[in-house]
Amino acid sequence: KNGVSNGTLYKKTFIEHFEQAPMYVAVFTFVGFAVGTIFGYLRDFMRAWGLEKRNIATEREQQKDFVPLYQDFENFYTRNLYLRIRDNWNRPICSVPGPQFDLMERVTDDYNWTFRFTGRTIKNVINMGSYNYLGFAETDVNALKTVTRELEKYGTGVCSTRQEMGTLDKHVELEKLVAKFLGVEDAMVFGMGFATNSMNIPALVGKGCLILSDELNHTSLVLGARLSGATIRIFKHNNMQSLEKLLRDAIIYGQPRTHRAWRKIIILVEGIYSMEGSIVRLPEIVSLKNKYKAYLYLDEAHSIGAVGATGRGVVEYFGMSPNDVDVLMGTFTKSFGAAGGYIAGKKGLVDFLRAHSHSAVYATSMCPAVAEQIIRAMKCLMGLDGTTQGKPPSFLPSFLPSLISAATRASLWVWVLLAQAKPHPAARKYCNGSVKEILLIVILIL
Amino acid sequence: MDVKRVKDYLYWLYYQYQLVTCSYVLEPWEQSMFHTITVTVLAMVVYTAYVFVPIHVRLALEFFSQIFGPQAEGAVLN
Repeated sequence: KNGVSNGTLYKKTFIEHFEQAPMYVAVFTFVGFAVGTIFGYLRDFMRAWGLEKRNIATEREQQKDFVPLYQDFENFYTRNLYLRIRDNWNRPICSVPGPQFDLMERVTDDYNWTFRFTGRTIKNVINMGSYNYLGFAETDVNALKTVTRELEKYGTGVCSTRQEMGTLDKHVELEKLVAKFLGVEDAMVFGMGFATNSMNIPALVGKGCLILSDELNHTSLVLGARLSGATIRIFKHNNMQSLEKLLRDAIIYGQPRTHRAWRKIIILVEGIYSMEGSIVRLPEIVSLKNKYKAYLYLDEAHSIGAVGATGRGVVEYFGMSPNDVDVLMGTFTKSFGAAGGYIAGKKGLVDFLRAHSHSAVYATSMCPAVAEQIIRAMKCLMGLDGTTQGKPPSFLPSFLPSLISAATRASLWVWVLLAQAKPHPAARKYCNGSVKEILLIVILIL
Repeated sequence: MDVKRVKDYLYWLYYQYQLVTCSYVLEPWEQSMFHTITVTVLAMVVYTAYVFVPIHVRLALEFFSQIFGPQAEGAVLN
């Protein structure tokens, strides 16, 4: 489905495998939709002719000469198809979303029109779908001591925007830490992750600029691109041939009617796409951007903290330097168990955003207790809080094969896997003495 | 015990049929209507096949055998 990749740019082989659904699955899916649509028309007919009680929103009698509100396909779909199965979504949970959580039991008496709670909770449901990638969303009192202290010191609300009086020392501390974590010059944090995209893209691009955005980008990126007023062109998901063709056409033909050069060409991609699970082809995009002099905006909402040897995101995963990407954006909602987003990059860019971002002018800044939660999570990941819990063991399996011959590789893999399966306190012992261990292995082999 | 296993297996087949044709999400009276229509259409298809397929097959075989050489009664020279 994605285009052919240029293998010479990658340091390690990068293969992504997405299997296609078999033909009968597609056929039966359409059959199911057809059945649902036919019965939907039948029920609508019965509702319109009074054979069945109407539970849905309808216009009043006085409005029947106006343009109809509820007849388009989206409302038909919601009313007849989504409603029948909507008891699977939006279920309230009543505990912290760890590996297991508690669910409120909910039943419906009239086929999903209304719900009622029975009052019981279903305990220890296995969590397959939350954003708690690293487990920092926890209720352990010892872990949250600093957060409680900041909550008591600052309260919960800032009640001001960044440019008025909402910049606290906590924000400055957090921004310095984010910049250090990512390895860039400066960073700026915002109160909401969605708003980071939708409020800052309009500040960076405007009319006369070109946005090349991936097919499967998140709604926040699409909204920010549409609000900016720039021209938007879409390239096929992770398909570098499609992107290169769009770049070449943009540079050769220029703006639509006047054929002047574009003021700015910016490529919007995500680190990991949340619905597909595919990782962006960063080395190829960076080489394209350098060749055609475009800018790159990388949204690492899901990949920051979760991908890469030390959690620095896709930039580290591919072994590249953060200077390759012009605008590094990410959110703290997923791996850090907090809320909010950041934009990081060169100091000039971040200073421009501090003055011109719509969020800095009108939106409230981040709550200091949330900022402290991010600081604590980031310090744990960087190893600054004194424990080795956040850092991975120093002997990474990925660089061992380059040291040893193929014959001994198998036995060494077995040893490494066994060592990593040991419980946590024993692994610390390995962490501290790792260099000696590697020398021992090499000597043994030689 | 064996009867229970067979009944469970038949119920599982019915459940798969309901999932595949999306009649699992319909209300009971809608399900009855859908099952009636499906069974009626299937029965009509089976009956039509039973009545017409042997005749069609016989005629087709006769038609194609004439192409490979007319073996009608009067052509055999003795």
